[in-house]
Amino acid sequence: MACARLEAESYADPQLSSFIDQKFVPIGVHIKENPAGFHRFDSVWTPTALVLDENGKERHRIEGYLPKDEFAAQLLLGLARIAFMQKKWADAEKLYEEILQKYPNSEAAPESVYWKAVSHYKSTNDHTVLGEVPKTLQQKYPNSIWAKKAIPFAA
Amino acid sequence: MSVSWNKDIDAALSQAKTQHKPVLVDFSAAPA
Repeated sequence: MACARLEAESYADPQLSSFIDQKFVPIGVHIKENPAGFHRFDSVWTPTALVLDENGKERHRIEGYLPKDEFAAQLLLGLARIAFMQKKWADAEKLYEEILQKYPNSEAAPESVYWKAVSHYKSTNDHTVLGEVPKTLQQKYPNSIWAKKAIPFAA
Repeated sequence: MSVSWNKDIDAALSQAKTQHKPVLVDFSAAPA
């Protein structure tokens, strides 16, 4: 199952495979064995990985190969998004912080800075936390699109 | 060691709902 490189680097990694088995119900769909399953989720390319909530609603989509740490960070982004959509603000904030601690150089990190602050704002209504975001992103991730998205927070 | 993939989508989705767990769906075209 899985893209050969993703399988070799990520799914075969003991730590990451254990994390996946522990945190998710994992479903493997091979497009030739199960084309209906492939189209059922509007998939258009392989490898693609989807993070669904417990009700089967898609919350995060990863299209294309990613190295192990980037992939692991994206899985955490998916879990954080589920918590956010369930309005479990503290859980979401904790998961975004986990991404920043474990994968500070990943593409998921600047997105986590943004959404961690939004999660905190949602739980406290304290908008001052948003004001810090543009500065943090400009310092640590100046080329990220999230640095641009956070510009209005400085106003 | 690799991930314990489920192949029955509907059964796995039911399991997720029962166990209150999120789902990871992996789509592959690689040789099994």
